[in-house]
Amino acid sequence: MRREPLINAAILAVLLAVPLWAWWTDEPFTITLATRVVILALAGVGLNLALGLGGMVSFGHAMFFGIGGYAMGILASQAQDYEPLMEWPILIEGTKSMPVIWLTAIVFSALGALAVGALSLRTTGVYFIMITLAFGQMFYYFAISWPAYGGEDGLSIYVRNEFPGLNTLDPIQFFALCFAILLAVLFFMSRLAKSAFGLALVAARQNQERVQTVGIGVYRLRLAAFTISGAITGLAGALFADLNRFVSPTMFSWQTSGEIMVFVILGGVGRLYGPVAGAALFIVLENVLGGLSEYWHIYLGALLLGVVLFARGGLIGLLAGREVAHD
Amino acid sequence: MSILLFIEQVLNGLQFGVMLFLMAAGLTLIFGVMGLINLAHGSLYMVGAFAAAAVAGATGSFLLGLAASLVAAAAAGAIVEVAMIRRLYDKDHLDQVLATFALILIFSEGTRWVFGSFPLYLDVPSWLAGPVTLPGGIQYPAYRLAIIGIGLAVAAGLFALIRWTRIGIRIRAGEADREMIGALGVNISALYTIVFALGAALAGFAGALVGAIQSVQVGMGEPVLILAFVVIVIGGIGSIKGALVGSILVGLTDTLGRFLLPVAFGAFLDPSSATTIGSALASMSIYILMAVILLIRPTGLYGSD
Amino acid sequence: MTEPILEIRNLCKSFGAVVASEEVSLDLRPGEIHALIGPNGAGKSTLIKQIAGNIAPDSGSILFEGRDVTALDTVARARLGLGRTFQISSLAMGLTVLQNAVLGALGRRGRVFRFFRPVMRDRALLDAARDALQQVGLEDFAAWRTADLSHGQRRQLEVAVALTLKPRVFLMDEPMAGLGAEGSLRLTGFLNELRHEAPILLVEHDMDAVFALADRISVLVYGKVIATGTGDEIRANPEVRRAYLGEEDAA
Repeated sequence: MRREPLINAAILAVLLAVPLWAWWTDEPFTITLATRVVILALAGVGLNLALGLGGMVSFGHAMFFGIGGYAMGILASQAQDYEPLMEWPILIEGTKSMPVIWLTAIVFSALGALAVGALSLRTTGVYFIMITLAFGQMFYYFAISWPAYGGEDGLSIYVRNEFPGLNTLDPIQFFALCFAILLAVLFFMSRLAKSAFGLALVAARQNQERVQTVGIGVYRLRLAAFTISGAITGLAGALFADLNRFVSPTMFSWQTSGEIMVFVILGGVGRLYGPVAGAALFIVLENVLGGLSEYWHIYLGALLLGVVLFARGGLIGLLAGREVAHD
Repeated sequence: MSILLFIEQVLNGLQFGVMLFLMAAGLTLIFGVMGLINLAHGSLYMVGAFAAAAVAGATGSFLLGLAASLVAAAAAGAIVEVAMIRRLYDKDHLDQVLATFALILIFSEGTRWVFGSFPLYLDVPSWLAGPVTLPGGIQYPAYRLAIIGIGLAVAAGLFALIRWTRIGIRIRAGEADREMIGALGVNISALYTIVFALGAALAGFAGALVGAIQSVQVGMGEPVLILAFVVIVIGGIGSIKGALVGSILVGLTDTLGRFLLPVAFGAFLDPSSATTIGSALASMSIYILMAVILLIRPTGLYGSD
Repeated sequence: MTEPILEIRNLCKSFGAVVASEEVSLDLRPGEIHALIGPNGAGKSTLIKQIAGNIAPDSGSILFEGRDVTALDTVARARLGLGRTFQISSLAMGLTVLQNAVLGALGRRGRVFRFFRPVMRDRALLDAARDALQQVGLEDFAAWRTADLSHGQRRQLEVAVALTLKPRVFLMDEPMAGLGAEGSLRLTGFLNELRHEAPILLVEHDMDAVFALADRISVLVYGKVIATGTGDEIRANPEVRRAYLGEEDAA
């Protein structure tokens, strides 16, 4: 009897029920919190592909989150100022259209992940961790020192971007949009995990030599996973920027990378819904503990230590026990 | 652009590099001997700076402050090692990263709790406050020159420690074969605590020295930690020599990049875009250096496979 | 005489002062089992690693079906049809037995970059995987987690994964190790048939199996091939007797 699918369904149900209830009782702040959970979960789902399935400990996923955020910020700010992004050699104008912004965010974060991955995956282990952390920091400093889009102060977008047929300014409609994207990505990930690619990727995490011996190149496998992973986190970054109507270099910071990783770990590494549970737990803790003490990060640190030392499966692992999927 | 200004910038780069070395040496030593990646190394840097600022503020003595930074960071390192870090040696890198990330959260918030969110200031002692005149008529702050001297002296001391002393022999043996030196009767857990405390002391000392140039505040350690990682990637993991060469390279590249790139772009761009593009590129220069080294030698300049 | 499928010419490899391979030349012909024996530390493992592409020789060349593969890596050699088993079982321990076999079939088929179709419902791959498991007698364990297999079963799975590759050549590094008398006997019978599918270069310590199976035997001592020949020739070879018996006396 497997409990994990039930737990997953319960997580989604709660994640849907809370904002609906808040909508009913007219508490927009709670809807916004739930939207935050959904978007951060999406960022975590992206990282989980690299970290959980692929075993690539990336401490630089904030760079993709930030690229997505700035894709939104740059396009929307050009549109709100009525200035084209580029006139030569071709005319590129800013846009307030979410689908276009998402596509841009996905493409550019994928390109970033491809470039950084191509370099970082030449190494393994500790080197990989340090290099991804360093490249993340490079984007951070670049965003600070490049003045065209706000530099250190960031960039405000006054009106949320548009999606055909929806009023995105209505919190519950924006939530629904983000939730639908999360569902779509979770579905894609569940298929990917069971695909030929997923099998080879997981096998390579467990035993690289085995995969090479059957004639499958591990570098390309990992690079592809890292690229898709970066693209998903980039999409989350664009949504996050739209939620806050603000982007700043903080999205690129190493703390952001650390937090995305914390979502994955709190929920359970390699579990499809781990990042969703983890992001939800994180936001709940932030609001509950944050209300009790200004220094709630101490408790978060202690909790994280506890999970690492005593509960490697994270929240879902605790609830579902140690079971393996067989197909 | 004068040659004097250039030499001054080179000295600044050296000073920066020497500071990075104090961080990177401890990190690389801890990785080499215990196989641990320690993100909380930046917290120990911060602990050193806060200890120095608090003690110097209370006693008025900069030297007592420096001594306090060494003692506090070494003690914090030893306590953390005994209480938690030693459970991580046989865990995988992901666990190490997460646990030491958790330590950062605890250290940072704990420090904020004790000292508040406002930065502390550590004054340069009066006997090092002025400039000195170097051969060629270059005026250079005595304190920064002292940092270069102290840093190089520590580097020399570290090489001597590892090459000549009993503990150094054990450290090298530990890097080569962990099980064997345990079998030979060396108290391995004491050795690990000593190495960790030594690395912590170096980091804390660096924090105190830099604290007198910059402000002492929560979160000061992590940017330096990440630069130290760049140094280690460039120099090769586990190699003290690589850490020294990498540190100097990174220090000089960063400082000279910030100085020269805007000037270079000024040759064919208008001054304001030259400054913009130049300084944006300069902020990326060391990472580009790292990328180039990775392309040529994925295991770093002095790394073994 | 038929052309050899695998040919090793004048392979040299040393680690510092230690010479692991010295002018090693040997070949593998269609339909045969060629056993490689030698005392511990003779350089058998290093030789296997050079043939599989894990380490590069200092000089010399490796020809596979007449083609020089010395510069190719492990992955490329596996694609050409080199089916290798490891001395210490090298499997994805967290996956099921069937998944490990499907991984092999997937490697054989290629087209790994498929992101959407469930691989464990792919008829062709499953058939190939089940077929290989059945050949080694593991079909009842298909759903087991690989880590839960016994040592001997893991050795069998190693061979099964190599079978899914439908290789042109088998490179087997001590497949009998730790199998026990009965297991060894069964595997001996199996390999005896397998040689008709593809020739086997067999490194083995189990001398009963070696002399029962091998068409030819090469003896490696201190990185050098001191003799190659049939079982009887090897038994009678004075240099071989000196290498083995001399060392036994010393020990």
